[in-house]
Amino acid sequence: MLMKLNNIGDNGVVCDFGNEVNQLINNNVIKTFQHVRKEVVTGRIHGILNCTPSYNKLIINFDPNITNIKNIFDFLNSVDISKLNLILERKKWVIPICYDFEMDLTDISKKLKIEKNDIIKIHSQTTFYIYMVGFVPGHPFMGDLDSKLYLNRLETPRVKVPAGSVGIVEKFCNIYPYESPGGWNIIGRTPIKVFNNKDESRPCLLSPGDTVKFKSISKKEFGNFKNE
Amino acid sequence: MSNSFFKVLRPGINSTYQDKGRFGLQHLGIAAGGCMDNESFSFVNAILGNKETEGVIEFAYQGPLLKLIKGRTKIAITGNVVFKIIYSNTKTIDGQTNRSYNLEEGDAIDILATKESVYGYLSVKGGFDLKPFCNSVSTLIKGQIGPNEGKKIGNEDNIFIKNENTDKKNFLIHPTSSSSNIIRVLKGPQYQYFSKDSQKNFLSQNYNVTNLTDRMGMRLEGAALKNIVNSNMRSEGIIKGAIQVPEDGQPIVLLTDHPTIGGYPKIANVASVDYDLLAQKKPRTSILFKCIELKEAEQLYHEKQKKISKIIKDIKEIN
Repeated sequence: MLMKLNNIGDNGVVCDFGNEVNQLINNNVIKTFQHVRKEVVTGRIHGILNCTPSYNKLIINFDPNITNIKNIFDFLNSVDISKLNLILERKKWVIPICYDFEMDLTDISKKLKIEKNDIIKIHSQTTFYIYMVGFVPGHPFMGDLDSKLYLNRLETPRVKVPAGSVGIVEKFCNIYPYESPGGWNIIGRTPIKVFNNKDESRPCLLSPGDTVKFKSISKKEFGNFKNE
Repeated sequence: MSNSFFKVLRPGINSTYQDKGRFGLQHLGIAAGGCMDNESFSFVNAILGNKETEGVIEFAYQGPLLKLIKGRTKIAITGNVVFKIIYSNTKTIDGQTNRSYNLEEGDAIDILATKESVYGYLSVKGGFDLKPFCNSVSTLIKGQIGPNEGKKIGNEDNIFIKNENTDKKNFLIHPTSSSSNIIRVLKGPQYQYFSKDSQKNFLSQNYNVTNLTDRMGMRLEGAALKNIVNSNMRSEGIIKGAIQVPEDGQPIVLLTDHPTIGGYPKIANVASVDYDLLAQKKPRTSILFKCIELKEAEQLYHEKQKKISKIIKDIKEIN
């Protein structure tokens, strides 16, 4: 048994896949998530309203008018995770980033005693895996950053972080979908919109389980992207 | 398509378009959202013979003042609401909730306040002419998703109505509303994280609804709840009605427009049967949580749904 099931109130179920934050455990979360979604879309299971994967858990929210905890437990217990396939559904993204828009590289460089250019090099050479998307629309939590770059959140979060800012904390990297307050260490900015409230067919660019590699661009190229 | 439309002469404090919510996108960070009080939402559409999921205007505290500039329509308001109907050719009357009214060109509705509650609902026969986003007309202010570019209804907005109404019949329903301050909950996934004293306090002491309450969450004030295991747990998906406890020990109920994931331990979850009741509690209301088991929660929820269906079935025509 790879997952432990519990009810959340009378309209939700949590599937717990283990305590660690690693890609192996998260792969099981995402595989199960993709399977549940497929079963929902094809109408083989009814009443599921939302299905939210995080690092090590999958949370399912259902309409208690249509189904109940027991039905969802039975359905999940019938899933054989080892037979599910993840790779086919995974997208590989290359996201442009302009490191000139950093806000914290000087401080990070001092704190970690690593040259700015080396920080940039490590970051742009990492292939990030998206553990989960959320908190706010389109916001990816990606890992794993080289342990040399591990940092805590800023002691005083910023009141305003510009849209597209790329931040790092511990082994994670994020992209701010729109201007908002934030406590991550900002190392650059992307002109790509990870959330677009005008695009109904794809409001959020990135999905859990996708991978992201950053490609360094100049300020001029950044401007060209913005104007496209 | 009709040309009937209202003009907003005063938008109110927090007036938005809402329906039952936008589902299947929480894994991308988009919460379902939708109406705060499902029961009042169901009633307002039922009175008008609309489909169950028709988009309506939800308002909080002070509602909007709307003037019908063109056309004819039939309206209804639900919730505990004080409002007036200003007829252009006769007089102004005090409106009654839970029934319909016919409006002619030039008439206006002035929604003054919600009484001992927060949210009220206004709908028109056939529905407002709204552009859905991902199959829903719910407004999610955070992320600016939904009609009106995801913003609150603003001054001078024109609100279009799908069909001009010529049917003069009016209808009435008789809801039975609960004013209980006891909110039933089920133990949450991290209930055991809290000290025995805190568990006891949570289920025996009153908690006050504070001013820091909106469509996203309700911050409570009362005996501080002590987490004796770990306050820094892994972020996980959120379901509305979850009661999370941050480091200061004061619980927050996550409501309809909640963040999609969060990392605070959850001591309890509001039973579905009492979610609407809780969402309508004003700041400074004192509430008491009562723990029930899953089986009872399921049974109570189904009984409540049956009651709602019966109220809708017993709809009467007014002469």
